Amino acid sequence: MSEPRVLIVDDHQLFRAGVRAELEPLLEIAGEASGVDDAVDAIQRHAPDVVLLDVHMPDGGGVEVIRRVAAQTDSPPCFLALSVSDAAEDVIAVIRAGARGYVTKNISGEELAEAVRRVHEGDAVFSPRLAGFVLDAFAGPAPSPQSELDALTAREREVLQHIARGYMYKEIALRLDISPKTVEAHVSSVLRKLQLSSRHELSRWAAERGLDL
Amino acid sequence: MTTGPGSASAHILRRDRDAGWIGGVAAGIARRFGIDVSLVRLAFVVATAAGGFGLGAYLLGWILIPPGESGSARSRLPTGRAAVEVALGTCLLLVAALLAFRELGIWFSDEIVWPLVLIASGGALIWRQSLGEPPQPPDAPRGPAQPPSTAPRMTAETAVADSRRAAAAISRTGIGIALVVAAGFVFLQATGALGAARDVLLALIAAVVVLGVIFAPWVVRLVRSLTQERAQRIRSQERAEMAAHLHDSVLQTLAMVQRSAADPSEVAAIARRQERELRAWLAGRAAPGQAARLAAALESAAADVEERYGVPVEVVVVGDRELDGNHEAVVAAAREAMTNAAKFGAGSTVDVYAESGGSRTQVFVRDRGPGFDLAAVPGDRRGVRESIVGRMERHGGRARVTRAPGGGTEVELVLEERQ
Repeated sequence: MSEPRVLIVDDHQLFRAGVRAELEPLLEIAGEASGVDDAVDAIQRHAPDVVLLDVHMPDGGGVEVIRRVAAQTDSPPCFLALSVSDAAEDVIAVIRAGARGYVTKNISGEELAEAVRRVHEGDAVFSPRLAGFVLDAFAGPAPSPQSELDALTAREREVLQHIARGYMYKEIALRLDISPKTVEAHVSSVLRKLQLSSRHELSRWAAERGLDL
Repeated sequence: MTTGPGSASAHILRRDRDAGWIGGVAAGIARRFGIDVSLVRLAFVVATAAGGFGLGAYLLGWILIPPGESGSARSRLPTGRAAVEVALGTCLLLVAALLAFRELGIWFSDEIVWPLVLIASGGALIWRQSLGEPPQPPDAPRGPAQPPSTAPRMTAETAVADSRRAAAAISRTGIGIALVVAAGFVFLQATGALGAARDVLLALIAAVVVLGVIFAPWVVRLVRSLTQERAQRIRSQERAEMAAHLHDSVLQTLAMVQRSAADPSEVAAIARRQERELRAWLAGRAAPGQAARLAAALESAAADVEERYGVPVEVVVVGDRELDGNHEAVVAAAREAMTNAAKFGAGSTVDVYAESGGSRTQVFVRDRGPGFDLAAVPGDRRGVRESIVGRMERHGGRARVTRAPGGGTEVELVLEERQ
């Protein structure tokens, strides 16, 4: 598989420049966009593999971009949310809209490139912060009637806790004595639950962010 | 009979089954004649010992005396001086009766009966006194009501009366003890065993005195040293707490001052901040900006470390809670762990993860530096040993420093609250 082509969407020019400088030696940069309309345009024009998406932007932010792109095309790119530090509601809303992961902006260039590749290959990418949000969201009692989407398994919880503690997938695999593929499978399963569960917290957050799912 | 307490019902001889031990015969007699029930029982016991008469009398009473109404009012037992008088009177009557029995030949033996009389009356006195009713209120309706101006004097009088009552109680107990001891002597004398008993008693007293002389200083020293040890333990704990604090704040600041000696304005800023913190700590206040909740406190500690060392500190908190003394210690230990991670983590991001739920709080601080071996840290470096491990243990938690897989060090802090 060739290196993924990346589109950088952020309303801060300085930040886009920084990310581009860091990623250029590692990946192919398809382009940049500075707002929601701009981003939807750029995705149609450049057809990137992965979109690095700022959570917070004027006119609806990352959620709005994902929604409009999904309405326009049958084969949308993968979205990876990227921001400084946001409220759980915003981050979860972007994930439920369809982003395959969330990383914080203090991530190193190499780690970011790795996360982009991972998303491109169909895996989920959880930063420590997202893992924390998810653990929080799934901490309360599950709704009844409960579907298997509404609660985390003990193993998934354990994997998330290690992500929150700053462990990489490979390190978690070593630590829990399972294969890296199994770790990825757990994270993907959590992502699926995150997007499909009807847990009160998740649907409330989604509703507050104007997502009708 | 619906009359008030201590009226007509008290004038008819009825068995009192409520107050009685067996059939209420003794209690009934005591109520009818207004004497202490233990004295009546004593009379029955002694009369039984003196030829079985008491037993017969009791059975006869049980059959002949009709039972009183259950739950009927009790007459007040005479206490204090009246009790002694009644006891004396009963004793004399009893003695007279016993002498009469003796003359009639219904008699066991002097050796048993007289000591029994003494020991029983002494015992009755002691028991009454020690099972004791609460001190009676001073007799209220004593003559015409006194003018209010004498109220303070009244209280003084009451106090005197109280102490007099207490003295009387003690002297009554003393009389009881004397009676019981006398009973023992009479018995020994009568059976001719007094001499032997005296020898044993003397030996016993001698042994007690000797042992006392030998061990008294040792016992005194033991008690004193236990008290001292406890005080010392408290002191050393306080000292460790203070040393840990000084290490976290002052020593760290001094190290930073040395490092940035070339930049006077930076040094001044560091010194100012430390001064503020130290003043707040000495005044017993929380340092400014300290939060009352776990998540906020960890965030602010992380921001502080980030600012001081220029290393990114990523904090993730799941579940939040109020900060109490122990959780403040967890935050302080976590701050120290972050500081270590920032200093020795070779500039890598420091990951802090805290999870608090139920009675358990866990904090993980992880860096990706070269890692270090706790055992290899010299003993005079307090950082990990005191500020983290020692502090957690003093607050009922524990800390573990491990080398994380994939490189770096991870500090784990756990605090579990006892329910």
